[in-house]
Amino acid sequence: MSIYLNKDSKVIVQGITGGEGTKHTALMLKAGTNIVGGVNARKAGTTVSHKDKAGAEIELPVFESVAEAMEKTGADVSVAFVPPKFAKDAAVEAIEAGIGLLVVITEGIPVQDSAEFFNLSLTKTGADGKPVTRVIGPNCPGIITPGQALAGITPANITEAGPIGLVSKSGTLTYQMMYELRDIGFSTSIGIGGDPVIGTTHIDALEAFENDPETKAIVMIGEIGGDAEERAAEYIKAHVTKPVVGYVAGFTAPEGKTMGHAGAIVSGGSGTAEGKKEALEAAGVKVGKTPSETADLLREVFKG
Amino acid sequence: MDLYEYQARDLFEAHGVPVLAGIVAQTPEEARAAAEKIGGTVVVKAQVKVGGRGKAGGVKLAKSADEAQQHAEAILGMDIKGHTVHRVMIAQGADIADEYYFSILLDRANRDYLVMCSKEGGVEIEQLAVERPEALARVSVDPNTGIDAAKAKEIAEKAGFPEEQHEQLSNAFIQLWTVFSKEDATLVEVNPLVKTGDGQIIALDGKVTIDENAGFRQPQHSELVDEQTEDPLEAKAKANDLNYVKLDGQVGIIGNGAGLVMSTLDVVAYAGEAHGGVKPANFLDIGGGASAEVMANGLDVILGDEQVKSVFVNVFGGITSCDAVANGIVKALEILGDSATKPLVVRLDGNNVEEGRRILEAANHPLVTSADTMDAGADKAAELAHSAQTDK
Repeated sequence: MSIYLNKDSKVIVQGITGGEGTKHTALMLKAGTNIVGGVNARKAGTTVSHKDKAGAEIELPVFESVAEAMEKTGADVSVAFVPPKFAKDAAVEAIEAGIGLLVVITEGIPVQDSAEFFNLSLTKTGADGKPVTRVIGPNCPGIITPGQALAGITPANITEAGPIGLVSKSGTLTYQMMYELRDIGFSTSIGIGGDPVIGTTHIDALEAFENDPETKAIVMIGEIGGDAEERAAEYIKAHVTKPVVGYVAGFTAPEGKTMGHAGAIVSGGSGTAEGKKEALEAAGVKVGKTPSETADLLREVFKG
Repeated sequence: MDLYEYQARDLFEAHGVPVLAGIVAQTPEEARAAAEKIGGTVVVKAQVKVGGRGKAGGVKLAKSADEAQQHAEAILGMDIKGHTVHRVMIAQGADIADEYYFSILLDRANRDYLVMCSKEGGVEIEQLAVERPEALARVSVDPNTGIDAAKAKEIAEKAGFPEEQHEQLSNAFIQLWTVFSKEDATLVEVNPLVKTGDGQIIALDGKVTIDENAGFRQPQHSELVDEQTEDPLEAKAKANDLNYVKLDGQVGIIGNGAGLVMSTLDVVAYAGEAHGGVKPANFLDIGGGASAEVMANGLDVILGDEQVKSVFVNVFGGITSCDAVANGIVKALEILGDSATKPLVVRLDGNNVEEGRRILEAANHPLVTSADTMDAGADKAAELAHSAQTDK
């Protein structure tokens, strides 16, 4: 098991013909992802050459729209590698088409664009009353279910399948943590992104990991800015029975400065790493001071 | 990016929000000329991106151009909470009958926008929110529909304004929404929004934060950057497209990915506790590529910081392989030549790490020390910074 993504997921790539799209389509295929095609209206009807996991040559069809790709291939996941300027239109197209999972990798999307397409996704609900499209990102490394599928840019060679679920705002910090715990392995690792407005939240991922029988423990990585970690702490206290270990980056960040991620800013004394750590600890989450200490805390869970 | 009050005023005016005359001045003489042009009673207001300037003596009423010049003389150059005043705004005096509060901001938790509005303006709004939350109306705004006539009326009603004011206030709310939406703002705040003696609604003081990610469709926003108060190293880094924040420590930091770099700063700060309290000198994220040129530009900025005594390069090779990063470091040191004078601790991990470490070892650069883990690298860099400090 896993969350959101598995070996049966049929994945398309928006921007499959671009530089990033080409590079990461190859890596996603190598990781075993079932990529069934891509979208680029200007190159619709053509194909792109790639190699599958076994190294065999394959031709992936390029479609005019997400809707067409879904109709012809049964795709249920889209990964968008589209420049910021066009990212909102790409996301709106995928949401309007009713894709099940949309992973937006793009960094640098204006926050009003993200707010607009995310809120659009909330209005398109299915028979169960829930939004049809789950959005992950933007400005994120995406999601990997090791051994099964990768929808994003996380290196697939760090580690293999295992019992840890990981949710994080950051890309390389996620890789670092997966590397520290590579001997144990991961059910699913999801990078939710460092922008002020993101689709899937820590809480969404925690809920999914709680319900995933393969996940035995959860690592939650946060960083300064906003109050997502504080809200996640409340959620953990009330709803999560599996052990959760936390890490927060940005203790040394000064007030009022954006630390790389658009959302990583301490303002008016709120959004501090200290405040987040305290909130998590108050919810019974053990919080490491460094990535390696966090990994040790998680190890103790399994020794327990 | 936060804007100055005068910049916010100009944006308000451009989008039809009622404002009073205001002219920015950088010298007392300019302030005098501005006061003469506006005429009558004016207010001389320090332009700083920090609250509490009134209490600090940065806002003064002037009944004549002479007086405006004198006040500008006193206010220009003043230090308000660590911000030097480089400009004042000469604003037309207002006949205030009532003060209100209005803001539109990004609501990160709900992932939509939030309007806050109160009949009690001109006060510390955070204080009002805590002490009398019922006096502060909070209304969610759908990003896809914004503030239309119905939403504006809802805000006026929830804030408890009498019916006869609704139309006039609604117009102002819709105009302020236009500022928020058309300028790609993440905050538009008016405090106070005032009713004048003759019944007009005026935005008397404004605060606007704009989204730098929207620069591609807001090219005019680049003119709003205040180069005068930018840190010179930060300006240099920006010119090279580097994500750099200057801090106050001794250990220069280079890493890839915002989260890992933030984490590196923390780990260095902890390590520094055992080494004379040395601290990280900066945040610098070189992103995924880590080419020789980017690495050289990054090192160049960091070595330009006189406080820096050692540098810690912490890279996790994800998609990028460590041999490319190692080659980047070696070439960067070649490019910099004799200008690279401070010890470098390099920690590489991840993709193709053995080859990366081998390349560094083969290059055998006298300034470079390799570390096997992030913790060990941070400790070594802190130790080197401390010993360089104590050698002096």
